[in-house]
Amino acid sequence: MDKTINQKAWFLVLPVFAVVAFSAILPLMTVVNYSMQDTFGNNQFFWNGVGWFKELLDPSTDLGSRFLASLGRNLLFSAIILAIEVPLGIVVALSMPREGWTVAVCLVILALPLLIPWNVVGTIWQIFGRPDIGLLGYTLNSLGFDYNYVSNEFDAWATVIVMDVWHWTSLVALLCYAGLKSIPDAYYQAAQIDGASRWAVFKAIQLPKMNRVLLIAVLLRFMDSFMIYTEPFVVTGGGPGNSTTFVSIELVKIALGQFDLGKAAALSLVYNLIILIVCWVFYTVMTNAGVERPAKQGGA
Amino acid sequence: MHSIPGRRLIISLFLIFLLLPIYWLVNMSFKTNSEIVTTMTLWPHQPTLENYRRIFTDESWYSGYINSLTYVMINTVISIAVALPAAYGFSRYRFLGDKHLFFWLLSNRMAPAAVFALPFFNLYSAINLFDTPWAVALAHCIFNVPLAVWILEGFVSGVPREIDETAFLDGYSFPRFFVKILVPLIASGIGVAAFFCFMFSWVELLLARTLTSVNAKPISAIMTRTVSAAGMDWGLLAAAGVLTIIPGALVIWFVRNYIARGFALGRV
Repeated sequence: MDKTINQKAWFLVLPVFAVVAFSAILPLMTVVNYSMQDTFGNNQFFWNGVGWFKELLDPSTDLGSRFLASLGRNLLFSAIILAIEVPLGIVVALSMPREGWTVAVCLVILALPLLIPWNVVGTIWQIFGRPDIGLLGYTLNSLGFDYNYVSNEFDAWATVIVMDVWHWTSLVALLCYAGLKSIPDAYYQAAQIDGASRWAVFKAIQLPKMNRVLLIAVLLRFMDSFMIYTEPFVVTGGGPGNSTTFVSIELVKIALGQFDLGKAAALSLVYNLIILIVCWVFYTVMTNAGVERPAKQGGA
Repeated sequence: MHSIPGRRLIISLFLIFLLLPIYWLVNMSFKTNSEIVTTMTLWPHQPTLENYRRIFTDESWYSGYINSLTYVMINTVISIAVALPAAYGFSRYRFLGDKHLFFWLLSNRMAPAAVFALPFFNLYSAINLFDTPWAVALAHCIFNVPLAVWILEGFVSGVPREIDETAFLDGYSFPRFFVKILVPLIASGIGVAAFFCFMFSWVELLLARTLTSVNAKPISAIMTRTVSAAGMDWGLLAAAGVLTIIPGALVIWFVRNYIARGFALGRV
């Protein structure tokens, strides 16, 4: 379907532009402004140029080491949860019942963790994991594991990762399920006639159909895990030590905890820039995938 | 749909994994604090409604639920209202800067809330909206409006363009066409978009907490405050947690038939 060129369409888009610009551009200007200045309280500001940015990218300074360490942790975290959630989500989607009332029940239970406020997710896992009152912590400890997410770094990481898998795998599963639902039965019948193996069906029919939704899933999961704040903050508070302090937690510590506006603003800008670049890569891939698809169908 | 061997076992195990921590929270909410701390019981041996009674009788608690629901509703209405015409515009027309605008919108959906916490605090204090539901509702627009545009654009594109043309030939004006024909056609899409706006506004805490202090404090923020102040009132905390799950569960139940399509953002 070709779109007609019509500049008046701007009038349709204007309300959205106004609302988002009010929330995005004005505050961002404040951030840019702060990022160039230093403050000693009392609303006195001093010009600092690109000083904060230099410090931010230099691991030998306090700010730089904190930023780069939390960035590294955050990337590791995102990589681990993507490696678990995407395959697990596909498997769960493939395991969904075909029809009947169980479908609705499964969908509702799958969607449940997604609608729990993020700090309640943290609270749930805090209560569930505590060695004294939590089912998980108590069971693990009675089985002889010395599990304590408050004092042990590895346990803290494991808890945060399992919590994220619990929280978000459903999103990947539901997206994949939506992709699978759109495959007409005729495809499967054809595969059966050809005597295709289960694996061949997955690779040739199901995976290509899930391509687009998987891309959306990976994009959303990467972005949301990259800016994760509330859940680990509630469970571990960023600790023990700094072991689960991700970029957002570090940022809020600097901005609202120490009120170091200049440092926080510089960190915000770099953080936002990384996200913008990743987002742009995904967006390009996604729109290209959308262009390619009709061409393929036309050729077939 | 073809499935894999052992699928019943896999899906059952996964659902148990999802439900177990929630069960534990519900279990805790019906226990007294002494039972929680002293013994390990798989179900409440002396079930009590005391935790819930305290929440429903103490205004500082139940007003949190009202505050949360207020800004969630305002946000959903604003998001859908501004996103509808934009979705139509993006779906039907090309105009100067359309792709860049769309990308800019999406990039705002992805921007970390932590970046905006402090500037929003300044902005909404400056225009005297601090500590009102409007501040939180407007702040949440930054990620909900782009998402609503994205979802609705998928649904509007699913409506054949001939329908627009026929309506205009029949003498419908644009606003009348929009309200009488387009909106009913994409009603399920509007439902899905509203569901997502509700969901992301309901679960967000950082901005909601930063932009409120007393009068508009959301329930999730009241929970965190009480935890630190009252020490270890686990039963009360669990009961408050259970009550925050209920609105979400109700909403899911109503849209369960659209969930699958909605999660693919109308793009399968």
